[in-house]
Amino acid sequence: MKILVAVKRVIDYNVKIRVKADYSDVDLSNVKMAMNPFCEIAVEEAVRLKEKGVATEVVAVSVGPKAAQEQLRTALALGADRAIHIETNERAESLAVAKLLAKVVDEEHPGLVILGKQAIDTDNNQTGQMLAALTNLPQGTFASEVTVDGDKVNVTREIDGGLQTIALTLPAIVTTDLRLNEPRYAKLPDIMKAKKKPMSVKTPADYGVEMASKVSLLKVESPTERKGGIKVASVDELIDKLKNEAKVL
Amino acid sequence: MSILVLADLHEDQLTGATAHVVAAAQLIQNNTGGNIDVLVAGEGIQAAAEAAAKLDGVTKVRLADNAVYANQLAEPLGALLVELANDYTHVLASTTTTGKNVLPRLAALKDVSQLSDIIAVDSADTFKRPIYAGNAIATVKSGDALKVITVRSTGFEAVGANGSASVETVDTVVGNRQSSFVKAELAQSDRPELSAAKVVISGGRGMGSGENFKLLNGIADKLGAAIGASRAAVDAGFVPNDMQVGQTGKIVAPDLYIAVGISGAIQHLAGMKDSKVIVAVNKDDEAPIFQVADYGLVGDLFEILPELELRL
Repeated sequence: MKILVAVKRVIDYNVKIRVKADYSDVDLSNVKMAMNPFCEIAVEEAVRLKEKGVATEVVAVSVGPKAAQEQLRTALALGADRAIHIETNERAESLAVAKLLAKVVDEEHPGLVILGKQAIDTDNNQTGQMLAALTNLPQGTFASEVTVDGDKVNVTREIDGGLQTIALTLPAIVTTDLRLNEPRYAKLPDIMKAKKKPMSVKTPADYGVEMASKVSLLKVESPTERKGGIKVASVDELIDKLKNEAKVL
Repeated sequence: MSILVLADLHEDQLTGATAHVVAAAQLIQNNTGGNIDVLVAGEGIQAAAEAAAKLDGVTKVRLADNAVYANQLAEPLGALLVELANDYTHVLASTTTTGKNVLPRLAALKDVSQLSDIIAVDSADTFKRPIYAGNAIATVKSGDALKVITVRSTGFEAVGANGSASVETVDTVVGNRQSSFVKAELAQSDRPELSAAKVVISGGRGMGSGENFKLLNGIADKLGAAIGASRAAVDAGFVPNDMQVGQTGKIVAPDLYIAVGISGAIQHLAGMKDSKVIVAVNKDDEAPIFQVADYGLVGDLFEILPELELRL
């Protein structure tokens, strides 16, 4: 079985973001970028399935600027076999990305597609579900456990109030939640080897997909800052403040 | 120009989130006029439909009660929404795990974008939503004919429950051969639900172990509080993920939020910084959590928690 895994280049999760002075967007110039954390979990899960003998090939795909090839090389270093880069400098909305991934699914016929549940830049949480709808494949979102069993996959999902396990026919789309696995670090020899692994470069036009969206970004601003309060010296003082000043007890 | 709200259900009952989504729908309706209908889909969900019919501002409840909709599986719910959406200009759901699971399917099948997790309605087509873990707020305008939107509960005050909308049965039944329910393991708790609680007390990595989370129980009992956790505490395996407050967990905005042994990473702050009053207990007086806390108490949580429980 082939596994397709999608990765996104995003701002590093440790970086404190700045809004541009003209409020047009977040300022990403000279900012450390990295693979979206949920995509790292997706790559790890795909590689583990290959190590277990469930998968035979892991193909990583990314939609984004030329620099997104860094994240694809990371995926290759972590154990993916080859990569597809769909290069675009336009703002890649979830729907357009899902349409591109659907075309790749048509070409590659993977048994399983694994994506992160959300990217930590736009916080959309849409692409996997949209891909499932466009390809008419079942979806197991927010996965904390994935077990391939013959022509089915059981996915345990993190839902409000607990866990839900569902069975999906294969091929299927899975999106990862935090507890699915702990991604490994790439070792230096693997990073070297990854440089020689195949990467094909395409454009949205190659797939006949229009990147433009009907959603326009009018303004990006900083949230209202919360001011820090005071330090209290004791539990008694805390309770007194909560009762008499904040009036929440 | 009508609005459809997908009701959020938990164990076949209406959750509190839906009243917040109807509030957001009313703000859109102020611009567009038209009706606000609520779709309640599932199996054996008459009670949820009746609860939805009481929500203020609802014109009618559309009840799709069939085994295929049981357990809120994404494929049949998405297909049902696609069938019904033609009657509406806006389809809204809460940013709960069901809303997040189902709504993007509708958007994709209608070839429109989705606006996720809105916190404000500027007009019928322009909304505010947090991006980058709430460290920026984007104002976005949708030119799509159908607006597909998920709504963050804490952005909108819940509507009351004094209404009496009609309940109309939806006969549409879709097929589903792709996904099936295996089992659910739901936490049984007498405590209020995390995202609806007036008081939340959360523990972080500083709690040291899952066992030590019991130190929060007595205080939560006395305050009628829900218990939450930081991602660090979840990652460390102390507590289950459904207790996580933060960018990738629950977003809460209670009257009182007590953060214990939580340093205050931006991903955690994203989930609680709209709380009315924030209390932080941490042994590190430089912890970033103190920059957002109204009241900070520096010290050993293992001494402070028992004392707090005693004095409340």
